[in-house]
Amino acid sequence: MASHGIKDRVAIVAMGCTPFAEQWDKGLDDLIIDAATECFADSKATKDEVDAYWLGTAQGGMSGITLARPLQIDGKPVTRVENYCTTGSEALRAAAYAVASGAYDMAMAVGVEKVKDSGYQGLNAQNPPMDGTQRTLTAAAMFSMVAPAYAQKYGVDEATMRSVLSAIAVKNHYNGARNPRAQFRREITAETAEKAPKIAGGLGVYDCAGVADGAAAAIVVRAEDAHRYTDSPLYIKALSFAAGSGSGLTDPDYDYTHFPECATAAQDAYAQAGITDPIAELAMAEVHDCFTPTELVLMEDLGFAERGTAWQAVLDGRFALDGDLPINPDGGLKSFGHPVGASGLRMIFEAWLQLRGKATPERQLSTSKTKALTHNLGGYPGEMVSFVSVLGTELD
Amino acid sequence: MLRRWTGTLVTMRGIITAAGYVPYRRLEGKQISAFFGSGGGRGTRTVASHDEDTTTMGVEAARRALAGGLTVDSLRFATPTPAYVDKNNASTIHAALRLPSSVGAYDVGGSLRSWTGALLGALDGPGHGLVVAADLRDGLPTSADEAGCGDAAAAVVVGEGTDDAPVIAEIIGRGAATDEFLDRWRSPGDTRPRLWEERFGETRYAELSRAAYGAALADAGVEADSVDRLVISGMHARAVKAAGAKLSAGRDILVDEVTAATGQTGGAHALLLLAAALEAAGPGEVIVLLNLADGADALVLRATEAIATVRPADPVASQIATGAPLPYAKFLTWRGAVTVEPPRRPSPDRVSSTAAWRNEDWKFGFVGSKDPATGAISMPPARVSKATGDVDAMEPVSMADAVGTIVTFTIDRVAYSPSPPIVFAVVDFDGGGRFPIELTDVDADEVSIGEKVTMTFRRLFTSDGIHDYFWKGRPVRTATSTKEA
Repeated sequence: MASHGIKDRVAIVAMGCTPFAEQWDKGLDDLIIDAATECFADSKATKDEVDAYWLGTAQGGMSGITLARPLQIDGKPVTRVENYCTTGSEALRAAAYAVASGAYDMAMAVGVEKVKDSGYQGLNAQNPPMDGTQRTLTAAAMFSMVAPAYAQKYGVDEATMRSVLSAIAVKNHYNGARNPRAQFRREITAETAEKAPKIAGGLGVYDCAGVADGAAAAIVVRAEDAHRYTDSPLYIKALSFAAGSGSGLTDPDYDYTHFPECATAAQDAYAQAGITDPIAELAMAEVHDCFTPTELVLMEDLGFAERGTAWQAVLDGRFALDGDLPINPDGGLKSFGHPVGASGLRMIFEAWLQLRGKATPERQLSTSKTKALTHNLGGYPGEMVSFVSVLGTELD
Repeated sequence: MLRRWTGTLVTMRGIITAAGYVPYRRLEGKQISAFFGSGGGRGTRTVASHDEDTTTMGVEAARRALAGGLTVDSLRFATPTPAYVDKNNASTIHAALRLPSSVGAYDVGGSLRSWTGALLGALDGPGHGLVVAADLRDGLPTSADEAGCGDAAAAVVVGEGTDDAPVIAEIIGRGAATDEFLDRWRSPGDTRPRLWEERFGETRYAELSRAAYGAALADAGVEADSVDRLVISGMHARAVKAAGAKLSAGRDILVDEVTAATGQTGGAHALLLLAAALEAAGPGEVIVLLNLADGADALVLRATEAIATVRPADPVASQIATGAPLPYAKFLTWRGAVTVEPPRRPSPDRVSSTAAWRNEDWKFGFVGSKDPATGAISMPPARVSKATGDVDAMEPVSMADAVGTIVTFTIDRVAYSPSPPIVFAVVDFDGGGRFPIELTDVDADEVSIGEKVTMTFRRLFTSDGIHDYFWKGRPVRTATSTKEA
């Protein structure tokens, strides 16, 4: 098995990202148009120059025509991709590999989701006809099983575990409050998080990602062409992906305290990018904080903390804006919101802003480190897909 | 064994096994009167869970009857309250029991007397006949039926005994008295029974019960004073009481340890009482089962020596002892009398008929696959081995009777359920295998890691009129572990 990666061969030269919000006045087409328009306005690249498109949307529409129609793209290869909540990352991965292969000079990835038209709370999957034996649990319920399992395995008492989860929610709301595009722009207290109505298991409303409409877009070209389109490209150091077989759900050895698919994807990404000490080398990381215990466990799966220690690192503030490794400086899924097909590209958008010094000053990190990581997962504990990217402003 | 039977020598057929199924929940009559200011009464009744119907309860009774590994040649299912009409509910029970395709499975009628015909047909028919009866009794709030009836199922296997599966009670006589009169009636699709003035039925049943009882004793060649146990069932409570007083003739032979706890369970009740009576009976005892339903039917049974050694897997008496109270408000919502605000989530899509058929063993039988290379169990069954990559080398493994342990669990307050919240657990099975599965017959605040669960056949939801049948976990309970509420 080989995973060679495309380190420094492809660069992102433009990005766009709509605000993530309950956008009652915008349809799927509007969100696509807004993200794409901002993306083109961000660089010298034009729509005519884009050779191929990938649209990531989980449930926004079928086929590439879902993108081609609103953007009025005629006669070009336009493909729709879906891979659970990593859909947006998959669109970028396809576009980047297409350019790296030499098949195209310029490709565009767009991720979009219009979730607030369903009339229901939360995210709702539309399933093919089935035999009626599948789980009907919410994602919140599946991920809620992580917190007690982790606490029990590492001897963290219930009250401390609750403080850890609240600290994650408080941090991500603190960051989101400093991001004009985020869905929730209010800081919260631990008390607020703890008093919120329970959704599933021990998880309350503030342990769960925001549900928002939104879109994000990126244009990629060969690294050597990057400066024709922007003065400050973002080079792709690694794109890794791992899908589990779903066997964790029925494997008696799986203990709900880690996500092996995420650890696998991270190791592959670090190998592709040549990263040996993530905390030292990364300026920031965006991770898939769909629920607060997910972010906790990811700190260990991604190598940001030793097994069984992330809870203490969270309490010590090591992942805050001013910590060793700021996690989700844009507010994360928790505070920025989670339009499924857009989220992967939204994470990359934060790296795009932060590494190039373009984030709002209230949350702008030091640019002394030149690399960032994004981590995007889809599915459930035991049955998961995971994506990790490493991006950097300098060629190694 | 040979017996004299209506003038010719034939092999004596009888009951090989009998079992009841009593739902976990109980409604106390006083809750009804506390709410409405009338109705109720002092007793309790059984209440089928929101995920149970007559088919699932029938499956549970039949599983208990077949727990010894008995094979059967036919299946008859009788209920006045079927989950489907036109569609054969016995086929669902057949699938859940994983009976061979060659075993015929038939729904029988829709009256309170139907089970009798099913039983007599099985007694007369060849081989081992499985007879399943179930009922789910409704009545308008404050009605006598609401408080005095109950939900249950029962199953018996009849046929000729073998060394492995001996007859525990021979049927030595039968008698019937049929009469057309209107005492109780219900239109198809209606949940509310309607009743004629009580005295008329009481008079009719007095005559009919005497006729059927006398005919059965004569058929058996048994004198009335040889009867050890008299079991009487019927929806007309006064008629049952009067028949008991008359036919017992002052002897202490009337047995019913069931009705006070379960209520009158209609089309299931006579067989439920019989199963309970056989649990307590000793060898040689003569038992008469008398059912009053638009006529009267009497069966005379004699317990064999085998009854002393063949003990039921899950006695009716212990199921009665392990119930837990259900608030009246829950009862009303489960029965559709009151609709409460659901979580704002989409209701489930209807089940695909074709997908359900393809996956019959999994969906209805809870059959997974076992990898012969590693022993790893897959649920649902897998075709490809994770360890070796071999395709279609798996062995089927039935998990329906496996006992599991709760590894971890959660409460989902948002997901769709006919009765939120969903209690959901990751379960490791003794002997291997893990499956994350919904729990039932449990309150959200009483689940704990390490608790044992068994599997139970349930109806998850109904969409487009299609019932979604599958399996859930149910805490293993004994009388002493039952929660007091």
